[in-house]
Amino acid sequence: MWRNLKWRLVIYLAVTLFAILLFLPTVISDLPPWFFKVIPTEKVHLGLDLQGGMHLILEVEAEKAVESYVERIKNNLKDDLRDQGIPVGRLEREKRNQIVLEVSGEKGKWEKILSQRYSMMHELSTTTLDKGIWRVTLVLDSRQEDQVKKNAIDQALETIRNRIDQFGVAEPEITLQGTDRILIQLPGIKDPQRAIELIGRTALLEFKLVDEEGNLEEALKGNIPEGSIILYQRSVDPKTGGIKKIPFLLKEKTLMTGEVLKDARVAIDTQFNEPYVALEFDDIGAKLFEQITGANVKKRLAIILDDNVYSAPVIQERIAGGRAQITGRFDMKEAGDLAIVLRAGALPAPVKIIEQRSVGPSLGQDSIRKGIISTLISAALVALFMIFYYRTAGVIADIALILNIIFVMGALAIFRATLTLPGIAGLVLSIGMAVDANILIHERIKEELRWGKTIRAAIDEGYRRAFMTILDSNVTTLIAALFLYQFGTGPVRGFAVTLSIGIIANIFTAVYITRWAFDFLALKVKVKRLSI
Amino acid sequence: MELIRPGTTFDFIGKKKFTVWVSAIALAISLGSIFFVNGLKYGVDFAGGILIQVRFSQPVDISEVRNAMETMGSKDAMVQKFGGENEFLIRVEKIEDDLEALSKKIQTFLQERFKGKELEIRRVEVVGPKVGKDLKRKALWAVSLSFAAILIFVAWRFKQVSYGLGGIAALVHDIIVTYGAISIAGLEYSLPLMAVILTIIGFSINDTIVIFDRVRENIKKLRKEDLETVFNISINETLGRTILTSGTVMMVVLILFFFGGPVIHDFAFTLIIGLISGTYSTIYIASPVVLFWNKHFTRKKKR
Repeated sequence: MWRNLKWRLVIYLAVTLFAILLFLPTVISDLPPWFFKVIPTEKVHLGLDLQGGMHLILEVEAEKAVESYVERIKNNLKDDLRDQGIPVGRLEREKRNQIVLEVSGEKGKWEKILSQRYSMMHELSTTTLDKGIWRVTLVLDSRQEDQVKKNAIDQALETIRNRIDQFGVAEPEITLQGTDRILIQLPGIKDPQRAIELIGRTALLEFKLVDEEGNLEEALKGNIPEGSIILYQRSVDPKTGGIKKIPFLLKEKTLMTGEVLKDARVAIDTQFNEPYVALEFDDIGAKLFEQITGANVKKRLAIILDDNVYSAPVIQERIAGGRAQITGRFDMKEAGDLAIVLRAGALPAPVKIIEQRSVGPSLGQDSIRKGIISTLISAALVALFMIFYYRTAGVIADIALILNIIFVMGALAIFRATLTLPGIAGLVLSIGMAVDANILIHERIKEELRWGKTIRAAIDEGYRRAFMTILDSNVTTLIAALFLYQFGTGPVRGFAVTLSIGIIANIFTAVYITRWAFDFLALKVKVKRLSI
Repeated sequence: MELIRPGTTFDFIGKKKFTVWVSAIALAISLGSIFFVNGLKYGVDFAGGILIQVRFSQPVDISEVRNAMETMGSKDAMVQKFGGENEFLIRVEKIEDDLEALSKKIQTFLQERFKGKELEIRRVEVVGPKVGKDLKRKALWAVSLSFAAILIFVAWRFKQVSYGLGGIAALVHDIIVTYGAISIAGLEYSLPLMAVILTIIGFSINDTIVIFDRVRENIKKLRKEDLETVFNISINETLGRTILTSGTVMMVVLILFFFGGPVIHDFAFTLIIGLISGTYSTIYIASPVVLFWNKHFTRKKKR
């Protein structure tokens, strides 16, 4: 019997030691690197509600990516038909995924172009408007549309990851949530507003020519020449804070985008001592830029970011070498952030912030401190009460409770779970249930002793009976917790995780480890009276 | 030490004619308050909107903050004192599209206005209305499914549907009463309070199962007694445990209530109500439901 007890002790001690090792990185910060090679663990992460930081949920407006995809197809189609000498009338995008086209000439010829080069667009309807003129409605293939959306979301995720990496945040968490939402957690961030601007910006860089023939005044009244658009240059007056908007009449066609950027850095203009962003294009971009500038000398080329005109300098000469710059009234920070977003690339579709929570570091510390203090006070009181009421058995129960907490922490560390406020609620509930398990066992043993059983028999019977009850109630709660985890979101899940881990630890500590202690008292120490 | 002397026989179940009314009135008051009188005040988490918590290093009166918000043109902003000195919560329940911009505007405006008083923005929450609705829907769905799982598991373990139904009835009672208390006390229903509701569900089902378990055991021992007597004996036998467990947990929650600080305060209050309800419902909701079911719906087959 003692041999059996010895083996059980060895196993329990080993498990406890392992749990302590798992939990160690959370308590001690400077462990040697070999430690992590042996023990597969990390420190327990605190949720943003506890340690401060920012939590963002973005929704990628993937329809916009579909729109611009169809828009691009439309532009290509226009060029193609013109090249083939097919007369085109109206050619427009309708809704997000359709193109309406009025075409005349030989039917077979344009049909061939459509079916050969534009197989991703299906013909929805063709009506004859007049003799020899057709109106064709094309719709984007639905599988293709899904693919475009998926690509847009993947790319957005990647781009945002890049931006945050370059911004420099320790342990960021960027994950896809559902189909089109991106969850971003930035612990310990000091300037949430700046981070939001950095992450949420589309950063679509475009180069367009200024429409020099068109009349700006007429255009502002609503008579915008075909193929032109109006965009504004916004400048903030540093003294009054007022925003000045200068209109520009631009050619609609985009000559070049930020896709061909190789690098973007902050540089200082030596003349005015003002920072600007220096751009460097890749080979394709450099060639394209040379062509564009060469063909448009003495015209004005507008540099546009997210539909804001930054500058529109006159092209003095053909520019080789693939360099350009964005000037504006930046301060160093703004210029730096702009360089980051340009380097990381544009988002393929705009994102909308649908949830933002930021907790200042001081508030997080406050809630941790208060939480820890009240937890310690209550834990101490419960422990004292157990000893007061159950004597030796109470000491056993208290040790089991401490082990329970160690096991839960170890499990949180190895599963890389994050401890949040609802998570602490789950932990508290599981500890409450652990106390309950001990009370159930003790009361049952007392009852059996009252019936006149021997100490050994009372322990056996007490554990056997109480175990049924503990198992039933814990498993019921565990099932509920698993369902909450499976079907719940964020906070509900945080609660379910700690509760589930707590319940499993509870069955182990309250039933098996305390049993060892009782057996030890009955078999080895051979107590005459059980102090319970 | 003995809290309850063995052989104690309080007639718990005998009081059920009276407690049915207690329960009915509690439920009526709760539902009345939730649906007709006070309503349930959803916080930013569920309703959507903006919440900003600010602290000043120097004394600032609440009216100054209110004034500032009005000057800014945000008339529907609510300002309340929160926790420590010179700390305030500003809440805007607007369900418009660009909450993010509004939040930014408020922050810059306040920074500007209270320049000399070292304003610290301690917490910002901006929740789009869709997010809150999603959370509500998903939480409801998760809880309903977990109830169904509890119903099936308990019915299977106790080999009778009535036990599952009794357990769920007790849970529904506890949830309604707790929401009723939230509504009557005018607390704001937010994420932490949702965590409390989940905790209460766990506590209540645990409590119910413990007594059901003893009933199951006693049915075999006391074959001659009718079910009502068996329930009463079982409740009495486990009374010591019920008082000890509920008492210990209550002690912890009371400590949280008094020392936990403002964030925990509402949390602890709700938990206190839920604990009382959870303990009560085992004896006076779950047990009578099982008894009622056995009396009216189970074919009498004497073993």
